[in-house]
Amino acid sequence: MVWVNSILQGVLLGGLYALFAAGLSLIFGIMRLVNIAHGDLIVLAAFLGLVVTSSLDIHPLASLVVVVPAMALLGYLLQYLLLNRTMSDDILPPLLVTFGLSVILQNVMLETFSADPQKMNTGALDTASITVGALHIGVLPLLMFAVAIAVIAGLQWLFYHTAIGRAFRATSDNADIAQLMGLNKKHVFSLAMALSLAVVAIAGIFLGTKTSFDPSSGPARLIFGFEAVIIGGLGNLWGTLFGGIILGVAQGIGAQIHPGLQQLAGHLVFLILLAIRPNGLFPRVAH
Amino acid sequence: MSNILTCDALSKSFGSVVVADSISFSIEKGEAVGIIGPNGAGKTSLFNLITGTLQPTSGQVHFKAQDITPKNSATRCRAGIARSFQIPQPFAGMSVYENVLVAATHGASLKPQQAQATCIDALEQTGLLARVNDLAGSLTLLERKRLELTRALASNPSLLLLDEIAGGLTDKECQSLIETIQSIRATGVTIVWIEHVVHALLAVVERLIVLDFGKIIADGEPNTVINSQVVRENYMGIAADA
Repeated sequence: MVWVNSILQGVLLGGLYALFAAGLSLIFGIMRLVNIAHGDLIVLAAFLGLVVTSSLDIHPLASLVVVVPAMALLGYLLQYLLLNRTMSDDILPPLLVTFGLSVILQNVMLETFSADPQKMNTGALDTASITVGALHIGVLPLLMFAVAIAVIAGLQWLFYHTAIGRAFRATSDNADIAQLMGLNKKHVFSLAMALSLAVVAIAGIFLGTKTSFDPSSGPARLIFGFEAVIIGGLGNLWGTLFGGIILGVAQGIGAQIHPGLQQLAGHLVFLILLAIRPNGLFPRVAH
Repeated sequence: MSNILTCDALSKSFGSVVVADSISFSIEKGEAVGIIGPNGAGKTSLFNLITGTLQPTSGQVHFKAQDITPKNSATRCRAGIARSFQIPQPFAGMSVYENVLVAATHGASLKPQQAQATCIDALEQTGLLARVNDLAGSLTLLERKRLELTRALASNPSLLLLDEIAGGLTDKECQSLIETIQSIRATGVTIVWIEHVVHALLAVVERLIVLDFGKIIADGEPNTVINSQVVRENYMGIAADA
């Protein structure tokens, strides 16, 4: 039963990893941009949540109402004013700029919030659990998992059933032709980044309620996000969720074998999958 | 009649390569104009200058009495300029319907219901209605060319630029494409058509412009132009089979 439990916890943790990864997957899918600052933006969202929660004296999950639009706006401006200038057929310039951004963000957060680890308290939700047979399932991890599924289902719906979704897909397919169909690619790219950072905001708040975080926590989140994206197959959102779950389960089982193996087990599974399925488990159909 | 498009001393060079050398011409609303010229004469570059994909080194483009030279291609599309490509470039991962819908929603700035109606009209006009749910990537060459045309139409253009749309088609396919283009013309859309298949052009256009080395070397009534000395030497001499 202890194994079933660790697998189940792993699956639920996978939801959080999928949230880390969804925003990465989305912007890579739409504009071939690899955002190295993604993890730091997640941590920034967590700090923003902390500030909103403590200054307005509200529940951390209620801070989403402020943090999601704030991060979306930041995303739009970041893309419009900075990253669009670096976009071309070469994926290296935006990658380098986001790397620089990552360094800047970490240092600004260190300066502003100090290096002390922080955590958001969700009150009764922290310890609430439901019991199924011999298993105790935390309500917060369950909520997190449900939100991850909802976010991915929502993005999927947006992509395939709305005008803006078609604009994203058309731009992803051929940005220059989309431009000739009346779509301003700078605006479309900026909207994509806004959407990505809205998801980052949700991921950041859940990160901050689940574990402690500090200004240097970003790169590790980025790695989990990357691993989930690559395991699932680039540009496939449901694949990303599955990648997150595989990563979470691997870590859960690793931790069960030996507490020190938690992270290593996740990375090992990633490396093995990368070796045998370099395009991921569910690559988007090539065309 | 008023001018819909005016190119004023349009020049473009890439280093020492001149693709447009002080090109000036006007096109009247409702006119159908053909553009011919040898490969590398700067025909497609001229389209790129008109749609905003290329910025001219000097000169201006006026559309509906407005200087659109500083405008980007998305804005020009919304203003009513649409084009098709010589090599069809559908959004391969999207369905035929979605391809057309993108143009109707964003190019013609239509609300969902109107966009749907516009798409269906355009698909009907180009004969692609039966393929609406198929992936654009699965279409045949003729169908892809028709999709180019449908997408351009769905953006509700007043000026339609066709780039070698008849190239690579069989005679029968070409004939049915000509009929489609004639029906589009009948709706009052101004057409500028680059084509090597001269007999297809002559079935539609009433004016012919000949480009060579980025310059206009002839412009006028098609038969007069084709029989003129300068065109026979510079164009027909090279493409004797055209």
